[in-house]
Amino acid sequence: MNRTGLWIRTAIIIAITLGGIYMVFGPRHTPTSADFTWAGIKENLSKNINLGLDLRGGSHLVMRVKTDDYLKKLTENNAQAALSAAQDAKLPVTGNSMTTDPGNYSISLALSDPSQAQAVVDEVRKKVDLASWTQSTSGNNVTWSLPTQTATLLKRQAVDQELKIIDSRINAFGVKEPTLQRHGSDASGEILLQMPGVDDPERVKNLIGATSNLSMMKVVSPPNPSPVQTYPTKEAAIQSLGGTIPANRRVLPYADRDEPTSAGASSTPDPNKPKQYVVVEYPAIVDGSELRDASAASRTGADRDYEINFTFKPSGAQKFGDWTGKNIGNYMAVVLNDEVKSAAYIKSQIFDQGQISGRFTKQSAEDLALTLKSGALPAEIEYQEERTVGPSLGADSIRSGVEASLGGLALVVIFMLFYYRGAGINAVIALILNMILTIAALIMIKSTLTLPGIAGLILGIGMAVDSNVLIFERIREELRLGISIPESISIGFDRAFVTIIDTHVTTIISSLILYMTGSGPIRGFAVTLILGLLINLFTAVFVSRTIFNWELSLWPNREKLSI
Amino acid sequence: MFNLFQNIHVDWLGKRRIFIGLSIFIMLAGLVSAIGRQLTPGGTDAFNLGVDFKGGTVVTAKFRNVPSDDDIRAALNRNGVADPVIQRTVNKPDEVLIKIPLIEAGASDTAPDEQRQKEQVQGGRLTVKKALDSFGTEAEGDATLDTNPDAAYKIVGTDSVGAVAGSQLRNQAVTATLLGLVGILLFIAFRYDWTYAAGAVLAVFHDVLMVLSFFSILQWEVNLTVIAAILTIVGFSVNDSIVIFDRIRENIVTNRTDSIFKITNDSINQTLSRTVITAGLVILSVLSLVIFGGEVLRSFSLALLVGLTLGCYSTVAIASPIAIWWQSKMGDSRVKDVLAPQASGQKLASSSRRSVTRRPVTR
Repeated sequence: MNRTGLWIRTAIIIAITLGGIYMVFGPRHTPTSADFTWAGIKENLSKNINLGLDLRGGSHLVMRVKTDDYLKKLTENNAQAALSAAQDAKLPVTGNSMTTDPGNYSISLALSDPSQAQAVVDEVRKKVDLASWTQSTSGNNVTWSLPTQTATLLKRQAVDQELKIIDSRINAFGVKEPTLQRHGSDASGEILLQMPGVDDPERVKNLIGATSNLSMMKVVSPPNPSPVQTYPTKEAAIQSLGGTIPANRRVLPYADRDEPTSAGASSTPDPNKPKQYVVVEYPAIVDGSELRDASAASRTGADRDYEINFTFKPSGAQKFGDWTGKNIGNYMAVVLNDEVKSAAYIKSQIFDQGQISGRFTKQSAEDLALTLKSGALPAEIEYQEERTVGPSLGADSIRSGVEASLGGLALVVIFMLFYYRGAGINAVIALILNMILTIAALIMIKSTLTLPGIAGLILGIGMAVDSNVLIFERIREELRLGISIPESISIGFDRAFVTIIDTHVTTIISSLILYMTGSGPIRGFAVTLILGLLINLFTAVFVSRTIFNWELSLWPNREKLSI
Repeated sequence: MFNLFQNIHVDWLGKRRIFIGLSIFIMLAGLVSAIGRQLTPGGTDAFNLGVDFKGGTVVTAKFRNVPSDDDIRAALNRNGVADPVIQRTVNKPDEVLIKIPLIEAGASDTAPDEQRQKEQVQGGRLTVKKALDSFGTEAEGDATLDTNPDAAYKIVGTDSVGAVAGSQLRNQAVTATLLGLVGILLFIAFRYDWTYAAGAVLAVFHDVLMVLSFFSILQWEVNLTVIAAILTIVGFSVNDSIVIFDRIRENIVTNRTDSIFKITNDSINQTLSRTVITAGLVILSVLSLVIFGGEVLRSFSLALLVGLTLGCYSTVAIASPIAIWWQSKMGDSRVKDVLAPQASGQKLASSSRRSVTRRPVTR
């Protein structure tokens, strides 16, 4: 090869090397003299490399939205609303029924007079949003069923909404740089939340999972001045309703002055306090979706004396005002998570304000206000995976990863120099360049470096050495056959290249499949291995050959090649 | 020039029965171990599955004064954990890994999986924390053992996986491995010949089964990283096979007089130094992982160590003999005729450029 060609190759190599070194060690701002000190380089390095949670410490949570429960609840609510709508219009409806198997949701209304079917459909359409449901009439039944496509869409929307709510909750909680995204397939309804630096996620978990369903409901009770009607047991309450709970009534526990059960892990309810039950009217007057704001405040300043003040949005305030205006003297219950927090009679018309009293602690009141403000989760979530790594454990992992990499590299370098002598230097340059460029590539594609990723890096070194060994062994064989040095080098590289391509492609195939089917940590491994292999084609073949060619060019008449 | 493995004349194909017999013996031992353990009531399972695949919780706790394993076990027993696994880390004497199985939901065993799952991920850490509180308080939140002198321990890491997620991860892992094998099979069949592909994939299966045998017999923990290790082993094993196949393909073109058996033996011997050096170097770097990589990567590095060693053995002793023996059963001449035009059409830049007729390196 002529000198010009060699210079061009060399220029390419130097440019790429400098680029790689800059990516890894260089600052992302205008360089100052501090960036060339040891401390400055170290700082830039740690800023450039995006460490995974297992190395920097943090929490990794996988949760699943119970989307089937969501559709079930939706179906139940619609069935109830449809029945009420038809009954309010005095249409001859005898009852409702529904199917809520996963993948199959439908509502039917039974009529005593089939000729009124169209009137029922029209009436229900006015009051209930069943536009996306498929309606059919057969005999005495009017049925609405949810098409699979719509069900999938609704599920996705539920997860989207859940993502938004969780996002606002963790933001309000002050988690820095959280990662919140869908996880796995779309249909799984899974959400991944990563919180760097949080290694005790209990409070966050409780906050996210808190189902704070607030609603105002009318208590079935004689009006003030007689006290609110309560029952000592649930059975007694049901008895007062004639043995069964009708569709428009609910029996709820009344835990006056009790601690909340959710969003306050540290609270301990008084077990000696007798529970009471009240009967309330369903559906609610207004519910949590009409809330505009909620805040915690202490009545007396004592820590265990907090309450939550809330205000309604205009639409909710309108409804609430209408109702309270008509019901002065009646009892109204503040219901939180199916438990009556307080029941009081209406003194005068109220529009947009209310409060939940119940002797909360500061923390539980604040968390509760937060969950109320962010809105109710459309469906419950369940945790599938929790992985936390403390910062000290992460630091230990970094150290062991670095030690393992350097240890492996050192052993390989010693062997290569001992076994291949002069050519060993080629290999060592190629190896170190490979490592730097792989990390630079990781930084460029903004991938995170995890502990399995470091393992991938080490195996990448293994593969890189393999390429060198293949080439060198081949060159040695040709030399042994008495072929000239330049010819041997040329044959060695050409022939080994075919093998190198084949071996690299097979490993890339298996790594790609790992990447596509694997989860978090495994992906990190696959990414570094693939990058290492691609870069190896450059370092082990192009760079190493250029060095050999320089040797040939500078000492054309040598009789022995140090290999 | 310092050389290993020069002028080797081992008749690998002639000894194939011994090698294949040895491999079958180890695999049978693994099978017996797996089935035996599975069938023994109350004993260990076929594989020591980690929490990734079985569900459960692993808590890493750092102690100021490490209690004895028995004390920790007793404290956990008092809190309703029947059989915890207490594991010491090799290089960090003050840290203990506490592994507890899936928590049964509430009082009833009949609770649905979902309920259990919820309990697990919500409660695993809390249960261990409650048990450890009998040794003193935890340095909670941002506090460490250094900043909080009253604390006796600190939980520095948790891995909690529910039953449903566990089985999902397990299915994913099996899919990944099988898809990986299919991908490799197709690629080799495309680049070489389906008998080679079969030989290589058989060798790979052999490696995977052998590694699994080791994991069953020695009861090493199988977790997500072991799957990554197995796929890496697959990659390396196939690499080695390809290097030898490549040489066989080349030797068949340049040397048409020798029998396919001799060519194969020669090819294996010619590439033996490369095979051993590469495997040795990779195994050296993996050894470095075993020593320095820490507890998290222990299963991964052990799997790699065993698998790479076996992979090296299987390519030499299993893959090529099977591929060639298979071909020879179908008739020597036919194989050569099929292969020769195909192979010479490949990029054999070196042989076409060569002035002397190529002879086998070993004379």
